[in-house]
Amino acid sequence: MSRTLLTGNGAAAWGARLAGVDYIPAFPITPQTEIIETIAKWIDTDEMNARMVTLESEHSMITAAGAAAATGVRVFTATSSQGLLYGMEMLYSVAGWRAPFVLVNVSRGLSSPLTLEPDHNDILAARDSGCLQIHCSTCQEVFDSMLIAYRLAEDERVRLPVIVNLDGFYLSFTREPVEVPDQKAVRDYVGSYDPETTLFRASAPSSQGVAVLGGGPYSYFRYELHLAARNALRVYDQVAEEFGRHFGREHAAVEAYRVDDADIAFVMMGSFATKARAAVDRLRDAGLRVGLVRPRLLRPFPEAHIKRLLKGKRGVAVIDQNLSMGLGGVLHSEVASALYGQDGAPAMLLSFVAGLGGRDIADEEFFEMVAVTQRAIEKGEAPPPRLLYTQAELREVRKLQAIAHVEYEELNRASSANEGDRQ
Amino acid sequence: MSKTQTKQAPVSEAKVTVYRRMKDLPSTHLLGSGTAMCAGCGGLEALHEVYDVIGAKSIFVNAAGCMTLLSVYPFTPFRGSWLYTAMASAPAGAQGVRDALDILKQKKLMSAEEDMEVVVLTGDGSAYGMGLSSTSGAMERGLDFLYLCYDNEGYGNTGQQYSGATPHAARTATSKGEHGFAGYKKDLFSIWTAHKPAYVATVIGTEPLDLARKIEKAKSLKGPRLIIAMAPCPTGWNFDPQHTVEVGRLAVRTGIWPLKEYVDGNVVHTKVPHERVPVEEYLKLQGRFRHLFEPQRDETMLAEIQARADAYWDGVTQ
Ligand SMILES: Cc1ncc(C[n+]2csc(CCOP(=O)(O)OP(=O)(O)O)c2C)c(N)n1
Ligand code: SF4
Ligand SMILES: [Mg+2]
Repeated sequence: MSRTLLTGNGAAAWGARLAGVDYIPAFPITPQTEIIETIAKWIDTDEMNARMVTLESEHSMITAAGAAAATGVRVFTATSSQGLLYGMEMLYSVAGWRAPFVLVNVSRGLSSPLTLEPDHNDILAARDSGCLQIHCSTCQEVFDSMLIAYRLAEDERVRLPVIVNLDGFYLSFTREPVEVPDQKAVRDYVGSYDPETTLFRASAPSSQGVAVLGGGPYSYFRYELHLAARNALRVYDQVAEEFGRHFGREHAAVEAYRVDDADIAFVMMGSFATKARAAVDRLRDAGLRVGLVRPRLLRPFPEAHIKRLLKGKRGVAVIDQNLSMGLGGVLHSEVASALYGQDGAPAMLLSFVAGLGGRDIADEEFFEMVAVTQRAIEKGEAPPPRLLYTQAELREVRKLQAIAHVEYEELNRASSANEGDRQ
Repeated sequence: MSKTQTKQAPVSEAKVTVYRRMKDLPSTHLLGSGTAMCAGCGGLEALHEVYDVIGAKSIFVNAAGCMTLLSVYPFTPFRGSWLYTAMASAPAGAQGVRDALDILKQKKLMSAEEDMEVVVLTGDGSAYGMGLSSTSGAMERGLDFLYLCYDNEGYGNTGQQYSGATPHAARTATSKGEHGFAGYKKDLFSIWTAHKPAYVATVIGTEPLDLARKIEKAKSLKGPRLIIAMAPCPTGWNFDPQHTVEVGRLAVRTGIWPLKEYVDGNVVHTKVPHERVPVEEYLKLQGRFRHLFEPQRDETMLAEIQARADAYWDGVTQ
């Protein structure tokens, strides 16, 4: 085992390498590209015995990933944002093939407007695809989740693609110390892939992705997929527990930080949850009993963990780094549906939207969210979802608009003056 | 139009050993019957013939279209394997399967006997349009696969709207106006050959010997091998299913559907219709061209279509 400085992208690449993947269909997109460049280099220098192919799109890339997995090899692929959405049709399709592989998504806000910086609208668009989702908050977690993801995907009770999500820039390009176990230790944990009957062979013909007629057979296969995803709850707990025994690091389906005695809990996913975690310490210093609940597993949705951890809390503030237009935060409604009508459910569940396109969340904003939650508890009424934005930010945007306006006027004046000269 | 050559003794005899005469063709088909295809489907006719040559040691990677309904759970007419992908990405599916099979062989996890011919099967809508980028990618990567496009000149499965393969003047569900489709059929053969793949050919089910020889030849080669099968479609072209064979034969004899192959950088016409039958003989059998004859003959349009066929063959060196 060695401890090295790795970016989140580097950690993902190391995970794929040590997991012993056979095949990597690829396509470049910022901020994911470093992953496939790293793997390409290892293949070129014979450090990695795998085949990488650059397809002509993510739609093709995910098709090839699913097709290769359905033929019985271990597959890894990676994308981000626009790429994930470009391949969306196939994410749904390959999940139905029940062929396991691991896809890393490096979260990045969706166009438009166009941005390179992170939020979770991309990965949440894949929420209902049948691909499972693990959300990471540190580079170590990225590496560890890669190994857990292969165990989860390939388990005979699951057999589904797993997406490991990490946030662009904040994880993808940030160097952190990462414990990288040696090849043998990883092999002992991950094992080799036995496709069993999920394969195409001349002596064993099979048909995949076929059409069905009517809702009966359609529902049968869709329910099967759903039940396999539900099985993944139990399987996740098992493979994560086993991971702990092998490597000494815990990765529960839902991470809880200072939650036990908390009155108020934040619920948040991804790397920005580390900001919430730091804020929890300062809020505690200020005498406020606040904790953090961070789902790592989003699909299957670990509602039992959520229910248990939030039971008896006076208030819960869900901070969504995504925005479902016309509704609000996605995680908020998921948490609400897990808690509603349950014994000991928190009386107050508030929704905050923050961190879109990499927008920072300042310490005082965490304090403010707690204050808003406390007022809601006192009033006994939850306010509508809050979209975090400061006066200063608004002023900056207004300034940009004003500058553009002045420039435009200047240009107009100059060109009409020129025309005047010519007459 | 580029000058292409014609030879009378086609499909390089040297390589063809099995299919010399009609009686050499298999008398029973390998592909099961009782599928959901329409009666008289020219695409299915071509597929039957192709499958007889390719055999069951194959996996068909399919894109959305009429043929998708060949395999409806829990039945399939194929004796080998099948993978339905999506409308745009069947060649990428073939890439994944081919690569996986090669990896398994290389890592000695699978014996060579378990290997299969990977065959993409799509309609023209996919081949000429939505799947073209994926096909281009597969060719540029030199993928070892066979592509069979059955060309019924429209989006058949959705009710025959015009596609990139629809011929000028044809009436389709989205070109019902007085003059039919205003566009022109895209030259997919040239688009494909521009990639310099191992093999490209046009075929039609009504010329089974020519078809069998070409598939046999494609099978003997490595790399990208692509076939366009013109697929007379009674439902979409609006003719009686009993006329499928006649429509197909006339497509060749009028020169509307040139039978040719591309190999080693050369295009060779494998069946040259000397004394070409006037194109209207082909057109008038089909409801989609009825407006060229009724209520009165559209001489201008008929002349234009004839001229285009003539111009094509004028460009072929004999
Ligand atoms: C992405 C996508 N868009 C549209 C469709 C609907 N669709 C299914 S089959 C088809 C027509 C395909 O045409 P072609 O490739 O010529 O095959 P044919 O139906 O003629 O056999 C269409 C448009 C689809 N399945 N997927
Ligand atoms: S619509 Fe045409 S191509 Fe499709 S099955 Fe019917 S006859 Fe064949
Ligand atoms: Mg068609």
